[in-house]
Amino acid sequence: MDLHLDRITLVYPDGTSTLTAVDDVSLTVPAGTTTALLGPSGSGKSSLLAVAAGLTPPTSGRVRLGDEVALTPTTSVAEATRWRRDHLGVVFQAPRLLDSLTALEQLELHAHLRGRRPATVRRRALELLDAVGVADRAHHRPAQLSGGQRQRVAIARALVGDPAVLLVDEPTSALDHDRGVRVVELITSLARETGAATLLVSHDASTLDPVDATARLADGLLESPARPQRTEAPGGRCVSAPAG
Amino acid sequence: MFVALRDLRHARGRFALMTAVIVLVTFLVTFLASLTAGLARESTSAVTDLPADHLAFAMPGPDDAPAFTASQVTADQWRRWRGVPGVDAAEPLGVATTRAGSAAGTASVTAFGVPAGSRLLPAGSPDLTTGGVLLSPAAATELDAAPGDTVTVGGTALEVVGTTDVEASFAHTPVVWTTVADWQAVGARGTGSDDDPVATVVALTTSDDGAARGDAAVGTTTVTTAQARSAVASYAGENTSLTTMQGFLVAISALVVGAFFSVWTISRSADVAVLKALGATTRYLLRDALGQAAVVLTVGVGFGTLLTAVGGRLLPATVPVLVDTTTTVLPAAGLVLLGLAGAAVSVARITRIDPHAALAAH
Ligand SMILES: Nc1ncnc2c1ncn2[C@@H]1O[C@H](COP(=O)(O)OP(=O)(O)O)[C@@H](O)[C@H]1O
Ligand SMILES: [Mg+2]
Repeated sequence: MDLHLDRITLVYPDGTSTLTAVDDVSLTVPAGTTTALLGPSGSGKSSLLAVAAGLTPPTSGRVRLGDEVALTPTTSVAEATRWRRDHLGVVFQAPRLLDSLTALEQLELHAHLRGRRPATVRRRALELLDAVGVADRAHHRPAQLSGGQRQRVAIARALVGDPAVLLVDEPTSALDHDRGVRVVELITSLARETGAATLLVSHDASTLDPVDATARLADGLLESPARPQRTEAPGGRCVSAPAG
Repeated sequence: MFVALRDLRHARGRFALMTAVIVLVTFLVTFLASLTAGLARESTSAVTDLPADHLAFAMPGPDDAPAFTASQVTADQWRRWRGVPGVDAAEPLGVATTRAGSAAGTASVTAFGVPAGSRLLPAGSPDLTTGGVLLSPAAATELDAAPGDTVTVGGTALEVVGTTDVEASFAHTPVVWTTVADWQAVGARGTGSDDDPVATVVALTTSDDGAARGDAAVGTTTVTTAQARSAVASYAGENTSLTTMQGFLVAISALVVGAFFSVWTISRSADVAVLKALGATTRYLLRDALGQAAVVLTVGVGFGTLLTAVGGRLLPATVPVLVDTTTTVLPAAGLVLLGLAGAAVSVARITRIDPHAALAAH
């Protein structure tokens, strides 16, 4: 299902005045594609991501999944938690793995959070760890993994529940250019395989070759509507004009 | 407890330290409880083990609390108690702590004066007649006296008629039994003529609420034998101070547990934010954290209690510890519950952790 951000505005209280971090942004991310959200630091990228993740309610606007309205300014904390639990995969700027869990357990935790036995996702978890290239580190804890390996475990963790929506915040900020490109490639191809509508935030355009479309934020405003990165998406599908 | 158990293993140094503290606090609390019970037993076992359910005190002032040292009942009073409906048996009981002597030496004892053939004597005791004295085992040991020997009790020479099977102790002294007639010389304190013997209390065996009915008519204050412990001076003082100490220790341990889980929860608040951002409900996280606290508490309190149970057996008999369910399991349960309450207050901050923080760069 496609992810729709409809006229999202987010205003933070800022001392006595307010700060408009996201200003009337509308964006559609088709299922199975990756849209990169570009913009300088402080332009509101993380804020928009936080709204899409239900981590903070929008001041106005709404988030839809297909025809289903998921988040509005009045969405409760419990509803937002349910949205994340049932539909979302999130990759944070830092890997944010739990120190006491092995790579495999980081993924199994996903099932436990949802009241299922961890073993029920073991096969899928191992598949994903294999897909991100850390299958041989499945039983190691974060302290025994390199920075890049941790980032890839975090990506696998976000995908273990086969989420409809994948939100990724600056996945390349801690990586060198080549590794950055490879991580973006990995996310893009996994999104395509799993059908997740993926919104990927970055301030580094040079690593974004593999994505399907880009959008650019400046001071909370969408500078240019999402436009295709390449004219042809893999498989010949044109992503700039979502097929009706 | 997917994360909680793995955290326990991962941060095992920190949790081992905390568990050790709980072990020691639990040991202190349960050992103190055992000591309190042991001391109470040394102060009052002769009273609480009496085969009677109530004791009637006659105090000098109308508002005086019952006290063995001040109470004095007349022959008339104990006879009147016998006639109260619902009272099956009423016997005079003299209680006086005094000096006893034998060829081997002297000892502090408490003389219990009872009528000849009284049911108040420990079960299986030999007959007690005028001029005879019955010794509890500790008294026999201290006086090195055997049946047939002569001992003096408060200056009166009496012949040892035997030794009881069970220990009986009053105000940390072993008990010896004499007839209430012989006891007059020890405990009558000079009032009343020889024809009008007195005792300290009337020991009552009642059915229905006979005990409540007699007081007004006879002019006495009646309490149960359990309540009568407070009338023993040594018990009243010790018990309050030792129980207060236990209360403080339990409160301190709740605070320590609370403080530990406070610091622990703060140190993992970034993880909690991530877990929330990944879709964990607050309930899930609270259950996880409280489960973890319960594991730490149960293990710590369990070992601490075990330490008391084992330690109590290894100690020499002169240390009056009494290890039983009320002095171990009961305070242990209190420690676990209060500790959990302390932990609950600390981990409650989980509800306030904002998952938005997970997005912040680190
Ligand atoms: N929780 C917050 N409270 C108040 N202001 C915030 C908060 N988070 C971000 N901001 C402000 O909103 C603006 C956009 O921030 P952010 O979305 O983090 O930008 P980006 O991710 O593009 O660097 C910045 O001016 C930032 O200072
Ligand atoms: Mg950001």
